[in-house]
Amino acid sequence: MTATEYDRAPRVAVRDYASPLAEKLNALWETKPGVIGWLSSVDHKEIGLRYIVTSFIFLIVGGIEALIFRLQITQPNETLLTPEQYNELFTMHGATMILWYAFPILTGFSVFLQPLVIGTRDMAMPRLNAFTYWLFLFSGIYLYVGFAIGEAPNDGWFNYVPYASRPFNPGLNIDFYALSNILLGISTTLGSLNFVVTLLHMRAPGMSINRLPILSWGTLTISVGNLFAMPSVTLAFFLLWMDRQFATHFYRPPTGQPLLWQHLFWMWGHPWVYVIVLPAISMVSEALPILCRRPLVGYTAVALATVLTMVLGFGVWLHHMFATGLPGLALSFFSAVSILIVIPSAVSAFAWLGTIWTGRPVFNTAFLFFAGFIVVFVIGGVSGFMTGSVPVDWQLTDTYFVVAHIHYVLIGWNLFPVMGASYFWFPKMFGKLLDERLGRWNFWFMFVGFNVGFFPMHISGLLGMPRRIYTFPEGMGLDTINLITTIGSYVFAVGFLLFIINVVLSLRHGQDAGPNPWDAATLEWTTPSPPPPYNFVVLPTLATRTPLWETRLRESPYHSDLGKGFPLDHGKEALATTTLDAQPEAILRMPEDSLMPLLLALALTALFAGLIVKLWWLVIASLVVGLIFQLIWLWPRAKLAERRP
Amino acid sequence: MTIVTISRDDLPIGSVTSRTVGWWSMIAAIITEASLFAYLLFAYYYFAVQRRGEMWPAEMPTFKLAAPNTVILLVSSVAVWFGERGGHEGVRWKQTAGMGIGFVLGVIFVTIQVFEWKAKSFSLNSGPYGSIFFVVTGFHMGHVVLGLIMLLPLTLWSALGYFGPGRDAPISIGAIYWHFVDAVWLVVFFSLYITPYLGLRHG
Repeated sequence: MTATEYDRAPRVAVRDYASPLAEKLNALWETKPGVIGWLSSVDHKEIGLRYIVTSFIFLIVGGIEALIFRLQITQPNETLLTPEQYNELFTMHGATMILWYAFPILTGFSVFLQPLVIGTRDMAMPRLNAFTYWLFLFSGIYLYVGFAIGEAPNDGWFNYVPYASRPFNPGLNIDFYALSNILLGISTTLGSLNFVVTLLHMRAPGMSINRLPILSWGTLTISVGNLFAMPSVTLAFFLLWMDRQFATHFYRPPTGQPLLWQHLFWMWGHPWVYVIVLPAISMVSEALPILCRRPLVGYTAVALATVLTMVLGFGVWLHHMFATGLPGLALSFFSAVSILIVIPSAVSAFAWLGTIWTGRPVFNTAFLFFAGFIVVFVIGGVSGFMTGSVPVDWQLTDTYFVVAHIHYVLIGWNLFPVMGASYFWFPKMFGKLLDERLGRWNFWFMFVGFNVGFFPMHISGLLGMPRRIYTFPEGMGLDTINLITTIGSYVFAVGFLLFIINVVLSLRHGQDAGPNPWDAATLEWTTPSPPPPYNFVVLPTLATRTPLWETRLRESPYHSDLGKGFPLDHGKEALATTTLDAQPEAILRMPEDSLMPLLLALALTALFAGLIVKLWWLVIASLVVGLIFQLIWLWPRAKLAERRP
Repeated sequence: MTIVTISRDDLPIGSVTSRTVGWWSMIAAIITEASLFAYLLFAYYYFAVQRRGEMWPAEMPTFKLAAPNTVILLVSSVAVWFGERGGHEGVRWKQTAGMGIGFVLGVIFVTIQVFEWKAKSFSLNSGPYGSIFFVVTGFHMGHVVLGLIMLLPLTLWSALGYFGPGRDAPISIGAIYWHFVDAVWLVVFFSLYITPYLGLRHG
């Protein structure tokens, strides 16, 4: 009980969510009421939901931007927007969707779900988790402050130099983009680090690495990938900012190397594509089999394919630069890898098809989204395979074909799984089921709207329509196609609106879900819905990958122990286990709620605000204040067993 | 049907072994920081290859300050290692002295490095080489300063007797970061100071 404890043989208790033990744990883990309590919460479920809500808001904002500029290119010679407004809108749309929606939404699901699916009580570093959320939020606000004062980025989301260099883009537009990306990059890196440690170190006893749920394989893989990839883009933006504000010679001609930007950007950019799809498709691999009433076909192959896709993803960045005059040998190599990467992707696709084929599917809304996803997954994969070939890419680069491809990949591979996952895990998050009837309308509007909106872009691209033009003349055969595209995008938007309506209505009137509405197999479904602050009243011990289906599957003579386990109730505690075999290794003392994550994120944001206006006293002041906050944060506490009493 | 059992041996509590959460996250942080330097040096070698002979300053790099400074940084790592051992053994003076000497040597490294910067004939914005040289060494300096910011409180906490056998993970975590900063310097030193003599200047 005291801080002087150096070791302890944990006692074993019975699983009962109505016991005095549960009450005790609740008092230990609960977030305090009130504004201060809310701002200082480090509960991963609370933070995960904040991530999800914030990301959906960014999705809506980015979507509205797209709906506005689609009106400008619905018909020829439209004058709704000026070219500059058009540039800013499509850039903000791309940046918001790819950077402030697509990854943070997956982080949100992961932050909420991962500790639950691996049977632990929180992320490894709960305060860091809160910090990464605040920093993500502030980086988005930072970007949109630029937008609000008329200094939005306007060079496309991949921001090529020399157009993004100061002589051609003298305002602060690009600086807002660069600095907000560095802030976001810090958040992403620290978040990934937290996932790596959590997933390798805090799994429930018995959850050896080959029993890691497929959901966690996606998050683990991309988190490791991020550790290697993120510094590239953060550095690229930093060097760009140095070039623009301190006259260094990295990118700007004649002395600099404009292509260095493209290398650094895409060395991150292509792994990033996998970063924002692998966790999403892992959600499909996790949830789809449950709706097909059988385990996933080819678990091992899918897990290895996930890792392999990430690894190969680091070797394909040059295919974004085929048209820049690189040596033939480089083109051949990167073209080959780009085509090779189809193989691990196909492994997953066949695993899903096999799962549906040999299962007994439940045709609910979540299933529809997953099935729809498989269709667009294949279309997006094939168009990617096509542009992986150098001569085809030379023909199609910078046309609407590429725009179509990126939307099939990012909406198809990210948003569709996210929608399905929302229907699937909403009951766990809120204890209510989303409405199925409205859900069908939601799916069909989105699926039809998506294909009507984005498939014709392949054709306009093949007809030679370049991307990023703010208007086009009459009589080029592009009028009808663009009209259809705009109509489709609006239908798609209506579909998403139905989702929001569904969420609002179901939160009030939804059917009670109970702990396990889908009769699913994994640990998160053993807790009440929504889960209590401490997640598990006693920590489960695993014997198989599907602890709730053991009596049915009879795959192993051993059964998981879900009925009793360590309560770890001597303060806020969690269990550390070994990396491969998940044997108990240590009892971890978890930190209390704290305002430090918020304050430190504010200090760091103030520092970046100082950088953009070159207010050096503000930079130094926030640096000093930030260091003090860090010192308070990290000061060894006997209560956390970080120091001797 | 057999229900699995779990061993109920004594488990250490908190940040005790060198395999705890803090240590793991420092390893992950080092991986990402090492990648950052790999990208920085990629920029250096990219310029060297792409611009053939054009980017270099007139003079070759000199070792007058850089070589002794490298030795100082290496010795600081030894001191920190000595301090870490003191932590394991529970000898407070050893622990405090090791961390403290590591800190002082780090400060000396930073000071000498400032003189090294001042002695250069090029500047941050005089050309690509200047930009690369100052940004790469600047990033390294930033990491040294960050390491010093870790070593200073670790020295203080050691002196206060916060750590001892079974409770010395923060020391090990700080130490491994310091060794990393040291190792990165060797790579930076090799790239910026030695490769020109190995013929990189001629493309």
